[in-house]
Amino acid sequence: MSELTLTVMRLGFLAVLWLFVIVAVQVIRSDLFGTRVTQRGSRREAGRQQQPARQAAPPQQRQQTGGGGRQRRNAPTKLVVSEGTLTGTTVALQGQTITLGRAHDSTIVLDDDYASSRHARIYPDRDGQWIVEDLGSTNGTYLDRTRLTTPTPIPLGAPIRIGKTVIELRK
Amino acid sequence: MSSTSNTSTHHTSTIGSIGAPSRRNTELALLVFAVVIPVFAYANVGLAMNDEVPAGLLSYGLGLGLLAGVGHLAVRKFAPYADPLLLPLATLLNGLGLVAIWRLDQSKRLSNYAEAAPRQLLYSAMGVALLAIVLIFLKDHRVLQRYTYISMAGALFLLLLPLVPGLGADVYGAKIWIKIPGLGTLQPGEFAKIALAVFFAGYLMVKRDALALASRRFMGLYLPRGRDLGPILVVWVMSILILIFETDLGTSLLFFGMFVIMLYVATERTSWIVFGLLMSAVGAVGVASFEPHIQTRVQAWLDPMREYTLSREGVQDGIVHSEQAMQALWAFGSGGTLGTGLGQGNSDLIGFAANSDFILATFGEELGLAGVMAILLLYGLIIERGIRTSLAARDPFGKLLAVGLSGAFGLQVFVVAGGVMGLIPLTGMTLPFVAYGGSSVIANWALIGILLRISDTARRPAPAPAPNPDAEMTQVVRP
Repeated sequence: MSELTLTVMRLGFLAVLWLFVIVAVQVIRSDLFGTRVTQRGSRREAGRQQQPARQAAPPQQRQQTGGGGRQRRNAPTKLVVSEGTLTGTTVALQGQTITLGRAHDSTIVLDDDYASSRHARIYPDRDGQWIVEDLGSTNGTYLDRTRLTTPTPIPLGAPIRIGKTVIELRK
Repeated sequence: MSSTSNTSTHHTSTIGSIGAPSRRNTELALLVFAVVIPVFAYANVGLAMNDEVPAGLLSYGLGLGLLAGVGHLAVRKFAPYADPLLLPLATLLNGLGLVAIWRLDQSKRLSNYAEAAPRQLLYSAMGVALLAIVLIFLKDHRVLQRYTYISMAGALFLLLLPLVPGLGADVYGAKIWIKIPGLGTLQPGEFAKIALAVFFAGYLMVKRDALALASRRFMGLYLPRGRDLGPILVVWVMSILILIFETDLGTSLLFFGMFVIMLYVATERTSWIVFGLLMSAVGAVGVASFEPHIQTRVQAWLDPMREYTLSREGVQDGIVHSEQAMQALWAFGSGGTLGTGLGQGNSDLIGFAANSDFILATFGEELGLAGVMAILLLYGLIIERGIRTSLAARDPFGKLLAVGLSGAFGLQVFVVAGGVMGLIPLTGMTLPFVAYGGSSVIANWALIGILLRISDTARRPAPAPAPNPDAEMTQVVRP
């Protein structure tokens, strides 16, 4: 066999081998599945309705209690889950009540062995101050390190701990 | 902060699920590709070594194609949503292995295994048959959970078999084979790997909360309680005992490493990794200080050239000196970037075990760095699909089992490839699917079968939720 043919075969084989690797990676790329989060209710984003996201927040009740448009300085604008299985989930604070618990109709469905089915809720009072209230949970809701007994205003950035999940309000 | 700037953060969203498509046709296309590549390689070897297209090309191609076809049909029928990549990747590696073994069969310098490739094809057929059996009879991987402690006992039994007098076979210093009269030898450790993964997954699923939560924090590390250390100590002692009595560094490293990986995944505690590394280092150094077989391996790793010279001079000092390690390094070196071309290297100079432990050196020489990287990437993709399966799996047992199996697979590749390339001391392990050896090929096909089963369960679209009869009757009063 001539030297040239063998060289061509050698390089050709390497090319084919790498082609297989590349095709396999392409298959992985097109093999996405999981959950898709569809945005609703935003006028800006009406054009691009579908946006995949890794973490998914469940459908929220659109309850407009309290002053919807009222915004104070230093008012928190979003709720962020900073620890636990839902880490990274954010929910925009739009004046609606946010319920937390294992019940599947909660705003944030906690997949947490230490959470009760209706564990706590977070809502704004008439002044727009966000309040956290424990709904008689078994293991309690903690703001910083104190267990809640009454509805308590939430300072910006203070950790609210429910079982292994920690959430906080951020600007 | 005005309310208009808020609109960029999402506030109301719904979730739909995107089901994984079944992708069986993608798998078929990739399988055809994965059969064509080894056939190309086979023709290439024949042309380079004997100046003719090998006579067995058709039967060999048909054989591999048949294996791939049977595997594909089994998956299509019994695991229709399984991962589309696992089967083609394994088929390609198996095919490339067959070519490399056949190429070493052709070598004039190695007369001791002239008929290895047909036998390896037979073993591969048995492996694919086992894959089909796993897919047919293992309808749900969670069934394995029932056999947690039975599989532990089974694994220990398999591991102890080579130590039984009369049954075990001491092959070149490592006692990891058993002789079955009339059938040949079997390496029970390969099957013990799967049984142990089942045991660890079942055990850790039950105990992971105790292992993860009950701990004290000390210098940034979570120290587990003494009683939780029990199981890891037992596994450690077990792997050390394997190391001492069977002088098999690789298997011992594989089992302990697999346990540490699964422990880490189950508990999310970095401290287990630190403990695991420390304990394996202590164990390996401790055993190496008095076990001559391991010492020889470490010597050959630290100074392969000295071992080569001693072997060449025929020094008799009670220790078997081997030139293999140096020959393997030379093989990689002479391969360079693009290799010498299939069938045109001198990797057969490695001699004994050139087609099993050292088979990567043949690829290193004849396909060069580019080819070895592609092969390592193929392994990497199998491991990636295993871990992806674990991420997608909905049950903790399946998650742990998939991670354990793919972790063990990855560790095995690392231990062999690292040993052959001189990164770590060489241990007698086989490169999955590629190296010559019946037990290894059969066990690894079974491993792929279990991964396919888990991925089928994980990717199967979830059934529609049952209508909730309470939903309409109850009125929720909101404050």
